[in-house]
Amino acid sequence: MRIKIHEIIGIMFIGVSRVWFRNALVFRRNIRVNLIPPFIEPLLYLGAIGFGIGAYITDIEGVPYIRFIAPAILAASVMNASFFECAYGTYVRMYYQKTFDALLATPITIQEVILGEIFWGATRGLISALSISIVLLLLGLASPVGLLIVLPFSFLAGVLFSSIAACFSAVSPSIDTMSYPATLFVAPMFLFSGTFFPLHLLPQIVQVLALLLLPLTHVVSLIRGLLTETSVPLWAFNISWIVMGTIIFSFLAIRLFKRRLVV
Amino acid sequence: MSRYVIEAKDLTKRYRDLTAVDSISFSVTRGELFGFLGPNGAGKTTTMKMVQCVSPRTGGKLRVFGDDPETSGRIIRKRIGVVPQETNLDPDLSVFDNLTVYARFFDIGRDDALKRAKNLLEFFELEGKKDTIIEKLSGGMKRRLLLARALMNNPDLLILDEPTIGLDPQGRHHIWEKLLKLRAEGHTIVLTTHYLDEAAKLCDRLVIMDHAKILVEGSPDALVRTFIGMDIVETDKSDQVTRYLDSINISYGTGGEMIQVRTDKPRELADRLTEQFREIRIITRPGSLEDVFLMLTGRGLRE
Repeated sequence: MRIKIHEIIGIMFIGVSRVWFRNALVFRRNIRVNLIPPFIEPLLYLGAIGFGIGAYITDIEGVPYIRFIAPAILAASVMNASFFECAYGTYVRMYYQKTFDALLATPITIQEVILGEIFWGATRGLISALSISIVLLLLGLASPVGLLIVLPFSFLAGVLFSSIAACFSAVSPSIDTMSYPATLFVAPMFLFSGTFFPLHLLPQIVQVLALLLLPLTHVVSLIRGLLTETSVPLWAFNISWIVMGTIIFSFLAIRLFKRRLVV
Repeated sequence: MSRYVIEAKDLTKRYRDLTAVDSISFSVTRGELFGFLGPNGAGKTTTMKMVQCVSPRTGGKLRVFGDDPETSGRIIRKRIGVVPQETNLDPDLSVFDNLTVYARFFDIGRDDALKRAKNLLEFFELEGKKDTIIEKLSGGMKRRLLLARALMNNPDLLILDEPTIGLDPQGRHHIWEKLLKLRAEGHTIVLTTHYLDEAAKLCDRLVIMDHAKILVEGSPDALVRTFIGMDIVETDKSDQVTRYLDSINISYGTGGEMIQVRTDKPRELADRLTEQFREIRIITRPGSLEDVFLMLTGRGLRE
């Protein structure tokens, strides 16, 4: 019996979409709880940092401060939504609700479960991006054309952050240890990725580290370029990092979950 | 097509420092209700996991529907229904949605799924709970819903891991009744249990497992006949009784606080004992699967 490669991909696509759909259905059931925070949080940041601190800063490289941080706030929400969905959400489904066990007793395979989780995490990122886009559009803080490109791009960025979170989820011995990546990885990333001030203000060594280790750096600089209509000097490097990272961490996540669950 | 639904030969599962299943052989035929009986940690669940194509085997041969779980996992799982030991229903979804969402994973169309979910809820007497969320169900209802979910894909093989664990007597009897009905409809069912009455009542054939090995195989009646054979007279353990039994050359076993004597003349022995010791408490009863089980696996407590 020989099955062609495109048939395998077809079957896998169906499996992945079923897992995705299951999560989407649960999300829809709790829609009110799920949709309010992504609207409120960015407004808080925009208000406090943009208008508050922004009053003391005229502009950065010719861009008004509030417009400078708006793209970063969008990028950071994509990161938060995707990362936390696949860190805590995935862990709860795997460990506490035993959802993965239920899925693995059906024709669905473990690869499909993990990819479904990662794409769902990315979808959460996209939902956040969408809600902030509306806010930015209404406040006139971003280029409308830029936003159109940013939306699909934030899904890709979501896949990146979800797959990284899934790797942590796969190796985390308990839900408490998930606070390590949250405070040692996500929090520094939120502050040192050129989010609230330009990267070049940091010591050179920190700049290099940020470019090598903090994926948000790349996402912020690309989204900022699109939304403020300014040039992105390292765009090729930014895109390559994101694409390579997405592929590597997705495969790694599948491997790590296999090691944990297929025993 | 093979008449065996499951065929295992020298099936082995080893973890780094533990052999969970040690070279066991068994086969399950179509339409049979087959049991795995054994104390905790005997290797029953591990065996089920290998049959379900969830856990890869370390050695030996295993065929399910004639296919190898290692290479045909997806095809085999499509034809299996599983009731796990731990509830893994979707707590965020209603009873009805739990069934219909599950059906999607088996490629079952929407109309079909709705119809089956409705029928199964009826069969398990859960129609009234259709829109309830899982949290609000009793333990027995959750078990029935798990069983209903396992039947959504109309499986050729139903696997149940400790189907009545933690249920009250009413709940257990309800599940038993449904399982016997399913067997009568021709379903092939494999279950694990450490409840002896459950195994004796339900199983056509069973194996007793302990320490990763199969000790015996047969129908519950045949096992009791072969290993116990006779009736049992039981009485409280005391030195006088054991001395007396020694003096009249009757052999006995002691387990816990009781003395057991296997005999084909239970009445006679009971009379002699009451004659000898006025106040003695005596129970005479037919041998049971429990006697076989304890005889084979011993009385030591298991982790």
